[in-house]
Amino acid sequence: MKSNDVILKSVTRVAAVIILTFSIYLFMNGHHHPGGGFIGGLSMASSIVLLYLSFGIDKIRENIRVDFKKLSAIGVLIAIGTGMVSVVFGKPFLTQVFGHYNLPIFGDTELASALIFDTGVALAVIGTAVNIILSISEDR
Amino acid sequence: MFYTYIFLPLISAILVPFLYKYFNRKVHTGWFVLLVPVSIFVYLLQYIPGVAAGDTYKYTLSWIPSLELNMISYVDGLSLLFGLLISGVGSLVIIYSIFYMSKVREALHNFYIYLLMFMGAMLGVVFSDNLLVLYGFWELTSVSSFLLISYWYERKSSRQGAQKALLITVLGGFGMLAGFIMLIMMADTYSIREMLANLEVIQSHVLFIPAMLCVLLGAFTKSAQFPFGIWLPDAMEAPTPVSSYLHSATMVKAGIYLVARMTPIFGGSSVWFWLVAGIGIITLLYGSLTAVRQTDLKAMLAYSTISQLGLIMCLLGVGSLAVYFGPGESGTIFTVATFAALFHLFNHSTFKGSLFMVVGIIDHETGRRDIRYLGGLMQVMPITFTIALIGGLSMAGLPPFNGFLSKEMFFAAVNEVSKAGIFGLGSMGILFPIIAWVASIFTFVYCMIFVFKTFGGQYRPEKLTRKVHEAPWGMLFSPAILALLVILIFFFPNVLGKYILTPALTSILPNMPTTLYDLKISAWHGINTELVMTFGVIVVGLLLFKTAKGWIQVMRNYPQGLTLNHLYNQGLSGTERLSASLTSRYMTGSLRHYLIYTFSFFVIVLISSLLLLHGIQFDFTSDAGISIFDVGLVLGMIISAGTVLFASNRIVAIVALGALGYMVSMFFVIFRAPDLALTQMVVETVTTVLFLLCFYHLPKLTKSIQRIPFKLTNLVISIAMGLTVTLLALSANGHKLFKPISSFFENAFELAGAKNIVNAILVDFRGFDTMLEISVLVIAGLGVYIFIHQRSKRREQNEIE
Repeated sequence: MKSNDVILKSVTRVAAVIILTFSIYLFMNGHHHPGGGFIGGLSMASSIVLLYLSFGIDKIRENIRVDFKKLSAIGVLIAIGTGMVSVVFGKPFLTQVFGHYNLPIFGDTELASALIFDTGVALAVIGTAVNIILSISEDR
Repeated sequence: MFYTYIFLPLISAILVPFLYKYFNRKVHTGWFVLLVPVSIFVYLLQYIPGVAAGDTYKYTLSWIPSLELNMISYVDGLSLLFGLLISGVGSLVIIYSIFYMSKVREALHNFYIYLLMFMGAMLGVVFSDNLLVLYGFWELTSVSSFLLISYWYERKSSRQGAQKALLITVLGGFGMLAGFIMLIMMADTYSIREMLANLEVIQSHVLFIPAMLCVLLGAFTKSAQFPFGIWLPDAMEAPTPVSSYLHSATMVKAGIYLVARMTPIFGGSSVWFWLVAGIGIITLLYGSLTAVRQTDLKAMLAYSTISQLGLIMCLLGVGSLAVYFGPGESGTIFTVATFAALFHLFNHSTFKGSLFMVVGIIDHETGRRDIRYLGGLMQVMPITFTIALIGGLSMAGLPPFNGFLSKEMFFAAVNEVSKAGIFGLGSMGILFPIIAWVASIFTFVYCMIFVFKTFGGQYRPEKLTRKVHEAPWGMLFSPAILALLVILIFFFPNVLGKYILTPALTSILPNMPTTLYDLKISAWHGINTELVMTFGVIVVGLLLFKTAKGWIQVMRNYPQGLTLNHLYNQGLSGTERLSASLTSRYMTGSLRHYLIYTFSFFVIVLISSLLLLHGIQFDFTSDAGISIFDVGLVLGMIISAGTVLFASNRIVAIVALGALGYMVSMFFVIFRAPDLALTQMVVETVTTVLFLLCFYHLPKLTKSIQRIPFKLTNLVISIAMGLTVTLLALSANGHKLFKPISSFFENAFELAGAKNIVNAILVDFRGFDTMLEISVLVIAGLGVYIFIHQRSKRREQNEIE
């Protein structure tokens, strides 16, 4: 990447934060509104890609010390694990439960085990997308 | 509770790497692993009184209840017998392996993971009532034994042995799957027990014989029957504890288990009898003849296993006649044959297990396994010798060891077959006792060779690679226990018979009342044909053993070109050549060719099925009106598609393609599918970035290739493809064959608590799909990573060179 993309870099600084926040919003919102693990994960991945495009790969590696291969594996394991939990409780594989709870700060909140499954999906998607893009871009 | 124990090996396999990492320096990982089979064994013991009283236990674990696809397990006599063998011998094998496998040099975590996987798979096989679940575990035994055999994967012979075992057993497994599917089709159930309740339907069905053949293929390949047995000697490349586990107690017995389990369904037909008993007795003879000419102790035991499995198989075949005769005097005689099969199965596990461990000790202490180098070990290893003597004489069928009892019953059974007079046995029947007798002589001979060539004769330390001394107690413990069992069973066979074997017999032959006949095993049964035959075996066997030097050499000169192994190797290399030449013809490395294959296949299959099934119907009545936005978007899309086609610069094409994708997502917005629109937009962004990254690697877009046929093919394919998709989309809208399922998803909020139906489908209703999808995604991602990094690594190496 060229080093004098001043506009790109300045915009990215702000935009990346917005995209990251938005992707978390999308992810958390998925149960009732458009969004969910897949989209949330992909948009987070795209914000990381944006960072990479403007600041270069070394900066990213320095600041986000995550092994994206491991991240995707952890994602799949979480997804399978939530399935296994229902087996332990004697329900068919991947049975999801949900319920409303009164939490201290959030008030009446719906908690669904599907969210954990979705976390797995999101992590797998982030890991894989970033991993593919980084490996292709490192190949010179 | 039951499932906790059945899945215990598989669950604890996950813990093994951590145990290895944190404790291995102080404690051998095997000590932790030992807890697993021991606790299963103790747990299963509590079933013995109930099962002996004739009870069975059923456990259900819901899997897909809506399809009646559940994991149902039954504990009955047969599965309990196998369960006890698997966990009991498993415990002994693990104790032995603690002393055999060095905690410093060996990758113990791998070893115990594979071993636990294997144990769990075997337990799954014997307890499953659902045929498909049984098949799943069956293949897991193939896979885990592949990993075990190739445990020392840096050796070429290990890899080849593992490959051979996998190819042959999985081939049989596929056959078996086909057989199971036919059975499921015939009986319309997955459950073996429900099939037993429905026997008439199955037995009068056209698919009865094909299903039987397919199931037998699986059983025969797994149990190393002739001519599939060639994988078993090569499987001896595995570490000895594995050999003694896989080949004495578990893996090869899976086929026996299957045949026993299927006897109530298929037994009583002449095809079943001839195949099971006939192949069994041929395997017995082939195995014993081949074992005699081996010089490697482990190979000798491998062929002896093949031969003994043949014996058990033959007995099961003979026993299946009981189903034909039904309750009554003739039926009773053959019921005893099935009993003998179970008895010998148990005995074989005890003596063969101890013999394998003895070979492991010899190998470990002397560094040699070849009888041409060994001899006189009796003087330095007296305890090992005693164990080998007990095991060897039991295998030879001599008193006072358990092998004698079951072999006498075997002789009795084959004598009965020659008199049975059905299934064309009148003239052929006499072959059974003759072959059995000849095979027993050779069995006797190789047992003598095994024991006395190794332990008797001159002690020649100069030929051995290590300083020989007696093995440590830990290595002697397990074989000693098994040897003790060998003797105990001889003196108290009826305890085993009453509590373990008779219930197992009841589950193989449910219609035969056990009270009608006397199932007492007795060491002395008067001077009868069987005893005379045994005397003949000993006399002729001893003569042959004394003169062995002369004739064994002749047998060893048997031409290699005529062996089954040679045939296998030829076949394998032939298949490889064929597939290589076929593959190189279509895998040209040109992406354009692959796209042509894919698209033409797609077009041909879809268009022809649309035409054949009269699928082309249009229905525009319920279409929405066309708004100005739609027209604008379509125009935009056409323009950008055209730009992609005629762009002279690749970057323009990529940008135009991206624009096309964004406009598709705009369509989703118009049609109120925000989830789809979001996904499409993000995916489009990411793929465009990917494209730009690949840009560096792509060749310059040139117009150098201007040949007409080239362009014409492209034109035809692309138009056909576009046409197909258009037709498909229009006719999909034109058909309303089934009620739309969308109404089901309307109650997403009640069922899943989600207001977003799309997400409810993704994580709740079709969560399984999503789980597998992300697995595929991750695997693809790792694939990309590996491809690219391998290549750049190679390139770096080239640069260094």
